[in-house]
Amino acid sequence: MPTVKMTVNGKPVSAEVEARTLLVHFLREHLDLTGTHVGCDTAQCGACTVHVGGKAVKSCNMLAVQADGAEVTTIEGLATGDTLHPMQEAFRDHHGLQCGFCTPGMVMSAIDLVKRKADLSEAEIRAGLEGNICRCTGYHNIVKAVQAGAAATRGR
Amino acid sequence: MADTGNPTGIGASVKRKEDFRFLTGQGTYTDDIKRPGQAYAYILRSPHAHAEIVKIDTARAKAMPGVVAIFTGADYDKGGVPCGWQIHSKDGSPMVEPPHFPLCKDRVRHVGDQVALVIGESLAQARDAAEAIAVTYKELPAIVSTADADKPGAAQVWPDAKNNTCFDWHLGDKAAVDAAFAKAHHVTKIDIVNQRLAPNAMEPRAAIGDYDRATGEYTLYTTSQNPHVIRLLMGAFVLQIPEHKLRVVAPDVGGGFGSKIFHYSEEALVTWAAAKVRRPVKWTSDRSEAFISDAQGRDHVSHAELALDKDGKFLALRVSTKANMGAYLSTFAPCVPTYLSATLLAGVYTTPAIYAEVKAVFTNTVAVDAYRGAGRPETTYLLERLVEKAARETGIDRVELRRKNFIPKDAFPYQTPVALQYDSGDYFSTLDIALKRADWAGFEARRAEAKKRGKLRGIGISTYIEACGIAPSAVVGSLGARAGLYECGSIRVHPTGSVTVFTGTHSHGQGHETTFAQLVSDTLGVPFDSVEVSHGDTNKIPFGMGTYGSRSLAVGGSALVKAMDKIIAKATRIAAHLMEASAADVEFKNGEFSVKGTDKKVPFGQVALTAYVPHNYPITELEPGLEETAFYDPLNFTYPGGCHICEVEIDPDTGVTQVAKFTAVDDIGRVINPMIVEGQVHGGVVQGIGQALLENCAYDNESGQLLTGSYMDYTMPRADDVPSIDVATHNTMCTHNPLGSKGVGEVGAIGSPPAVINAVLDALLPVGVKDITMPATPVKVWQAIQSAGSAKAAE
Ligand code: FES
Ligand code: FES
Repeated sequence: MPTVKMTVNGKPVSAEVEARTLLVHFLREHLDLTGTHVGCDTAQCGACTVHVGGKAVKSCNMLAVQADGAEVTTIEGLATGDTLHPMQEAFRDHHGLQCGFCTPGMVMSAIDLVKRKADLSEAEIRAGLEGNICRCTGYHNIVKAVQAGAAATRGR
Repeated sequence: MADTGNPTGIGASVKRKEDFRFLTGQGTYTDDIKRPGQAYAYILRSPHAHAEIVKIDTARAKAMPGVVAIFTGADYDKGGVPCGWQIHSKDGSPMVEPPHFPLCKDRVRHVGDQVALVIGESLAQARDAAEAIAVTYKELPAIVSTADADKPGAAQVWPDAKNNTCFDWHLGDKAAVDAAFAKAHHVTKIDIVNQRLAPNAMEPRAAIGDYDRATGEYTLYTTSQNPHVIRLLMGAFVLQIPEHKLRVVAPDVGGGFGSKIFHYSEEALVTWAAAKVRRPVKWTSDRSEAFISDAQGRDHVSHAELALDKDGKFLALRVSTKANMGAYLSTFAPCVPTYLSATLLAGVYTTPAIYAEVKAVFTNTVAVDAYRGAGRPETTYLLERLVEKAARETGIDRVELRRKNFIPKDAFPYQTPVALQYDSGDYFSTLDIALKRADWAGFEARRAEAKKRGKLRGIGISTYIEACGIAPSAVVGSLGARAGLYECGSIRVHPTGSVTVFTGTHSHGQGHETTFAQLVSDTLGVPFDSVEVSHGDTNKIPFGMGTYGSRSLAVGGSALVKAMDKIIAKATRIAAHLMEASAADVEFKNGEFSVKGTDKKVPFGQVALTAYVPHNYPITELEPGLEETAFYDPLNFTYPGGCHICEVEIDPDTGVTQVAKFTAVDDIGRVINPMIVEGQVHGGVVQGIGQALLENCAYDNESGQLLTGSYMDYTMPRADDVPSIDVATHNTMCTHNPLGSKGVGEVGAIGSPPAVINAVLDALLPVGVKDITMPATPVKVWQAIQSAGSAKAAE
């Protein structure tokens, strides 16, 4: 079995995994980082979104061995102690989550989205979140949260 | 109960308590739980819609690495999954209730039916072994079509269900309806298909069975909206485990929308298997599996006729519906097209005579059951399409026709001809507010402007009512429910004055941990942060019925109010003792007990401490402690209602419909947290837009295969498919529960689909399109435009 080494949320990790192990299963099963969720099996829903090398990636669509040597950030790695990342804070302030299942992926995608372009219109946010499905919120408050999160991130 | 101006109290948009854990990845969903020594289950499912199982050979699979056990129908020695609601046909005979074993014995009846349970050291190993099981099937003809299921020559799903008919039921006064039609000035007729949907909570279902040999106790962790109902059904009917030996935990649950109400056979399988293999057994559905194993929603085919007099007053309505049950009867399937549907056919109108017949049919498809709105979206869609068509045919303005027939504001309580008695509502106001917010009056200018750009713009409306908080128990019992529909609530005041609230409802996105804390904190005058809400574990909470049908606040919240009444009554006597006053003179306000007309007072916290440290205490009259439980059985349903208006723009070259604007004005009674309420409406409306424009469970008529079995094929609404939504409320209070609340979980999904389709048809009116079925996809719209065009050209 191949050994993978990577840095997850700032900590070096290494493990022997079956070659077919997906990054999301590596995170959830081997590292017990269960904040990253699995909502589909066709790379459509975005619930599994994490950052690999600073970019949003659907971790169900990548093998753990492909992330060998990479810097990975999951939802668990965003807050500093009890202080939430501005995007997390914005989701809370704007009720951008209900059941919370899509939320980790949504937040990770949103952070990447606002990093790529600072001043996003509503239409651009909606287009940018097209790869993340939420069944609860109807997206209305997610859009508001991303707008606020973008502003707060800029101000940081 | 009134808004108190308290920043964390009733009526305040308090930020949610649950968000911190969800936002930091610390929620605990069922699949996040790892029990020591846990093994993994994979379920081998039927690839055929209908087939005989000739032979199952597991020898090769059993020898594969990491296989713990493999079970098939021959090994399963327990009961079938029961149905929770019994309907009787017109002739008095009970519905046909076929057995539903968790593993098929000799025949599979839909794609996804369960053939074998494979348990492995890892999921990958279980999956590998499942692939090595050799099943010999003899394929049989399949039937999937709702409309054709009862026709001669259709494949038969169950030997006992002649013509695939489960029941043939009716409601209302047929003679009165026939008489009214005989003297009608105008009759409008419509054929309506309410297509099948997949609920698609984002968290796929999961279940872990655990068995403790030392105590003989079973624990089931499951993605459920109602753990006690699962414990009762699975313990008593399927596995014969007494309730004191069975604990059911529904931890954080990632959305339900009805699909996690039902007792699923996978829950029974992992619990049963855990005792067999003496290890915890975890099963987690993947999304493709969810499409062929989660109960689906809707799937009604109806014909309706509305009789009007010369002034446009509705005289009578008759409706005939076929409802698809799928291959098995899911827990509440039979009540959806009957008591949750036909009883609402009066809608918001004074139609004096109504007759409905409903035939439920079996097909070789996944079971159908309640999905957000359950029966009420079907009825609302039918009514609002019918009323719209009547307006077009009679030439009466569509808003005016609705107004003409509204139940007047002063007519409540209003008895409909189909069993329900509405307690309150104000349909004129919700309509007027919605018209104004949507700028209905200014629409023609927007249509003209769009036309200049080559676009077809349309506006549509729906005025609706629904019945929530399903109850009272005695009534639903007489209608066939095999359960009571009360709710429980416990208030445990701790010695230091903080409070734990136990509710039988279950939160899977609704934010009960916040809403109920607001209610309790405001009522008892304790700080919001000192209130914790506990739910979802049968070992912690009294017997509760769970969350569905928008019942949690109206029924569960009322139980909490009753429990708090008891707390306050007892605390008042303790306070009276402390202040050396008569209890009759003691008042409780803002967390303080005081003696009327004096400056004597004692805070709630001191009373709580005294209850647990009863040194100075009326011990001969009162027990120590401060903890009370109440069960609340509602007196009636609640009746949220309102008006939804949708504006769309269609590109005639591509058929793409864009929702330009959506306005929802709902009457939901007392609101505890407006932020949460708006979120519920947003989500519901987008599910409704999804039904109207995007979503459909399509089965192949020949093979019975589900064609939309993944997110590649089933179109979920995404952020760029929908607009922001204008939400407002105009609330009249429910008159029969202590909160005045009516419920909000389903209104969005109920009111919206007809508003969207009426808008689409309004946009297509100028090009001659008169009808379209949901979902109005680009290809369907484009084809409708083309065929209307060629019909016109042929004229
Ligand atoms: S789980 Fe990765 S996209 Fe759905
Ligand atoms: S919050 Fe439930 S799926 Fe998005």
